[in-house]
Amino acid sequence: MASETTTLAAGRARGAATGRKGPGSRGRLGLTLFTAVLAAGAFFPVLWMISAALKPRDQVNDGKLIPDDVTLQNFVYVFTEVPFARYLWNSFFVSAVITLVALLLHSMAAYALARLRFPGRETVFTLIFSTLLITAPVVLIPLFLVARELGLLDSYAGLIIPAIFNAFGIFLLRQFYLGIPRELEEAAIVDGCGHWRVYWSIVLPLSRPILSALAIFFFLANWNAFLWPLVATNNPDLTVVQLAITTFQTQYTSAWNYILAAALVAAAPMLVLFFAFQRQIVESIKTSGLK
Amino acid sequence: MTSVVTPRRTSPEAAGGTPPEKKGLSRRHREWIAAGLFLAPDAIGLLVFVAVPMLLSVVLSFFQVSGFGSYEFIGLGNYERMLGDPLFWDSMQITGVYVLVLVPVLFAVSLGLGLLVKQKLPGMGIFRTLFFLPYVISLVVVGLLWKFMLDEQVGVVNKALRGLGLDGTSWLGDPAVALYSIIAVFIWVMMGYYMIIFLAGLQEIPKEFYEAARIDGAGPWKQFRTITWPLLRPTSFFVLLMSTVAAITGGFELVFVLTEGGPANSTSLAIFYIYQQAFIFGEYGYAAAMGTFLVLVMVVCSAVIFKVTKGGRFDDGE
Repeated sequence: MASETTTLAAGRARGAATGRKGPGSRGRLGLTLFTAVLAAGAFFPVLWMISAALKPRDQVNDGKLIPDDVTLQNFVYVFTEVPFARYLWNSFFVSAVITLVALLLHSMAAYALARLRFPGRETVFTLIFSTLLITAPVVLIPLFLVARELGLLDSYAGLIIPAIFNAFGIFLLRQFYLGIPRELEEAAIVDGCGHWRVYWSIVLPLSRPILSALAIFFFLANWNAFLWPLVATNNPDLTVVQLAITTFQTQYTSAWNYILAAALVAAAPMLVLFFAFQRQIVESIKTSGLK
Repeated sequence: MTSVVTPRRTSPEAAGGTPPEKKGLSRRHREWIAAGLFLAPDAIGLLVFVAVPMLLSVVLSFFQVSGFGSYEFIGLGNYERMLGDPLFWDSMQITGVYVLVLVPVLFAVSLGLGLLVKQKLPGMGIFRTLFFLPYVISLVVVGLLWKFMLDEQVGVVNKALRGLGLDGTSWLGDPAVALYSIIAVFIWVMMGYYMIIFLAGLQEIPKEFYEAARIDGAGPWKQFRTITWPLLRPTSFFVLLMSTVAAITGGFELVFVLTEGGPANSTSLAIFYIYQQAFIFGEYGYAAAMGTFLVLVMVVCSAVIFKVTKGGRFDDGE
């Protein structure tokens, strides 16, 4: 609002044909400084983590933001003391498979719900939509028992399969499909294309922007997931990176340079992803919130 | 994962360029079959891994589950036990404080940030990025980072306070403070997310309204009260509902890493207590009863929010 006040003030000043600055410009500077200080405060903990991860063991508690001596030894230590590369791979593999399968299944379901005519379509949609109310921690115990009965515990399948199904993706994709024009698909159907062809060669390519936004989101959520891997796996070969860093912390209590180096490695892929795809992430949050 | 391939093979359309003339099945029926095949994998998955567990949670709450796979029906036994379990009611009370403090503060902070980053100021793109950044970091990493920063002896927070001549406190070790420390950390994580949602809502409000108000001589506060606040109702409703539902069953990771429910059980949120009963003590039935109760609380809270805000509609009768 202040900016609008400023433009108005500037307009008024122009109208009065005077060269002096509008009264808003000092307020604008103040507001900018204020925002900058807040933003720096919000970012400080991340900087602090990076700084601690780069400090040698005897300097990690020295309370300085800029390390006296910068070392990469902490990262070397993390990767050699524990099979950290394995943990990263587990997280990557699990998150990537969930993301790919989820995108395929959700877009198929969303296409049927948005475009195909069949009896009970609205009911099916309502039923799928209502599962959105069931949050993951609430069904944790029965899910655990179901996974145990199905022999899914302590396996990649057990980490992957239950995490695929989520009505949120179906819902967003359906909204997107309802918004794209039908003409292309109808032309294809007249040409004798089946529904699978229409979906695969017309609808999927058209939905690339929303698919890439969802892909980032699914990957992020699953890379960061903790509770399900915690209860579903015991086997150290299956440990995902989020789980690994909590164990690492209990083993190396107060060796903060190692702990934060491990934490930084676990967070780094998401930070990179964020900086590369910030626009898509922000856009998909905006659409999920309002439409 | 084999099911992924199935629709492609069996989809009748994929077989070839059959024109829409009748060839065994009518076009309408083929569309039904296609819809079924397109929907089946996700629908079955949602059924097995979301809907059935939800129902199972209720069923399970009437059973005593011991060791590996023996179930004994005990009627309302788990619920009776729950009523008489002071630790559970403590955890519900802690959850209540957590929700009642977290939700309004998170709401106010995010709305404030949304209003702030809506301004056209130099460097605003960077500021938005910095506010949002914590959201992409996992709660486990966030927990570890803040455990380091809030450490009583070596943490930077107390060091800074001592530098200012203040005493500092045991942020995670004092039962009167620890829960609020967790809430503060959670706000740091989530404020950027809700800021974006508020920003989207604010950008939907037509500029003309503000211009008209200014011509009428309305100041920033009056503009906020008469334009922004009422027109932002749908967004506010969404944020309120989402953050409440998330808070009731949330907070597990931060508690797990920062305090493990302590000190003196002061941060033992309901979800953490339920987790302990199930996965530390193997009391699956009892944990399912408490989980079912928590879902009930969640449904009631959502209904109350719906009722009070009238679903976030504009006509608030002011």
